[in-house]
Amino acid sequence: MPRPHLYLLAALLAALGISHFSEHIDPYHLDVLIGIGINIILAVSLNLVNGYTGQFSLGHAGFMSVGAYFAAAVSLFVAPQFLGESGGTVIQQGAFFVAALVAGGLCAALAGLLVGVPSLRLKGDYLALVTLGFGEIIRVIFQNVEKLGGALGLNGIPAHTTIFWVIAFVAFTVFVVTSLVNSTYGRGFLATHDDEIASEAVGLNTTRYKIVAFVIGAFFAGIAGGLYGHFKLTITPTGFDFTKSIEIVVMVILGGMGNTLGVILAAILLTLLPELLRPIAEYRMIIYSFMLIVLMLVRPQGLFNFKLRSSPKKTASPVA
Amino acid sequence: MSEFLQQLLNGLSLGAIYALIALGYTMVYGVLRFINFAHSDIFMVGAFIGYYMGKLVPEGTLWGGLIVLFAAMLGCALLGMIIERLAYRPLRGAATLNVLITAIGVSLLLEYTGQVFFGAAPRTFPAVFPSQNFQVGGLVLSTNQLAVIVIAVLLMIGLQFIVYRTKIGTAMRAVSLNPKAAQLVGVNNDVVISFTFGLGSALAGAGGILYAMNYPSIDPLMGVMPGLKAFVAAVLGGIGNIPGAALGGLILGTVETFVNGSQWSTYKDAIAFAILIIILLFRPAGLLGKFTVEKV
Repeated sequence: MPRPHLYLLAALLAALGISHFSEHIDPYHLDVLIGIGINIILAVSLNLVNGYTGQFSLGHAGFMSVGAYFAAAVSLFVAPQFLGESGGTVIQQGAFFVAALVAGGLCAALAGLLVGVPSLRLKGDYLALVTLGFGEIIRVIFQNVEKLGGALGLNGIPAHTTIFWVIAFVAFTVFVVTSLVNSTYGRGFLATHDDEIASEAVGLNTTRYKIVAFVIGAFFAGIAGGLYGHFKLTITPTGFDFTKSIEIVVMVILGGMGNTLGVILAAILLTLLPELLRPIAEYRMIIYSFMLIVLMLVRPQGLFNFKLRSSPKKTASPVA
Repeated sequence: MSEFLQQLLNGLSLGAIYALIALGYTMVYGVLRFINFAHSDIFMVGAFIGYYMGKLVPEGTLWGGLIVLFAAMLGCALLGMIIERLAYRPLRGAATLNVLITAIGVSLLLEYTGQVFFGAAPRTFPAVFPSQNFQVGGLVLSTNQLAVIVIAVLLMIGLQFIVYRTKIGTAMRAVSLNPKAAQLVGVNNDVVISFTFGLGSALAGAGGILYAMNYPSIDPLMGVMPGLKAFVAAVLGGIGNIPGAALGGLILGTVETFVNGSQWSTYKDAIAFAILIIILLFRPAGLLGKFTVEKV
């Protein structure tokens, strides 16, 4: 079934097309588009952990910050040594940017491994709190590293993030996550989500699945962080606190956990909403949180989840 | 030596506040098995009730201070019960994750509503209780610090009495042990759960007043960090265990105060989470908790 590959190809062509016309697009709209793209990467990657694998992580912003800092450090401290005074050609710059992003992603993945191995033995509420705790610890550490600007953060990051790279990485993230979940191996994520004890009984190593999901999620969070850093040009530790994590979690819940298309729609909606609500910005977060409560009471499966994947559960024995 | 004792005293008074908040987490966890994220914001509302009540009573009088304290406890108890009724009761029996997310939603709602109504800028909490500093053998004691410890201890004794010596307390323990069996022997679970929320929220309200007395700058997000740390205290002592929450609070407050006084002071906020992670990895049931294995 080669369809995901076709979608990836189409998205990359679209990215080239849009970036070709990007000079004609209003800069404000372009900024909003880039913001949407970064949020889609964050939400889709968290969806692999929270949605498909059913592990509730509240520390996604922590991994995003690892990627953002590491990628920014590569662009600020390493790239100039190779490219010299002139800054190199466009292709060299692009290559270094991708290298910086991937390095940031790998670094975040490593952090994800270090956090995931001990904490994924826990479940539900506890896992949520431990990941939240790790996210906060990562933030406090960044606040104390003088080389990375301490509490003031890093400034003067080169503006490498363009609409082309954002769309390309969004396509890549969606491609990897959907292909993975639909692969034979990926069924294990869903099995872990549906019934951990039964999965273990048929021989699945659920702990490994959880860790793999966590590490891949962290990798893409790191990529998103790198894109974010090279887009905002300045990053501070407080920009990645647990409010940011919750924002991403809300996107995943709103979209319907374990539903990539829904999560993408939710990411778009929740990035556009603050822009549209700008006249009543004061009440924005109240509406936001109120919506979350009402959603849980009325439509716990998410706004965009029309196919009820959890419906077989109703017929299952109530003992589980 | 005197510096050590001074830090210990500061640590104990901070720990007593953490303990009061932790009790609310632990009691709600005991009856409903979920983390009430909004608890830390009830603590914040308690401080703000104190702020507005403090303007109505004369400053620096004992009876004025007690009125403020009781008003905050009452207001928070009501708020806690209303939240339980509107947001959590409809979800009884739903997946844990949904309840957790609702709790996060309620927490955010209180914080942002607070920012709109109270304003985001910090305010100075009035000195409602008479305060005085005196020296004992090189130690600086403030009446505020002592009041915190005394009030916290009295409230905890009161709580112990309610839980172990009254009918509703027995019902609370029954629901915590086995909700279905409790219902079978005639316990009205809804009433008990509502009462538990009221009791826990009242303690959080008292904690808010005591916290604001010692750190008199209050804002709508003031509850976030103390709330998370109090939760860590509850887990440290063994969640669902009332003496454990008190013990955990005291330990956490003391450790944090000592870290704050050392060269590692900038890592103060990370220490609580480090403790949380260590305790969950090596003794997930907490210091005083019992470990249970999940069965199919």
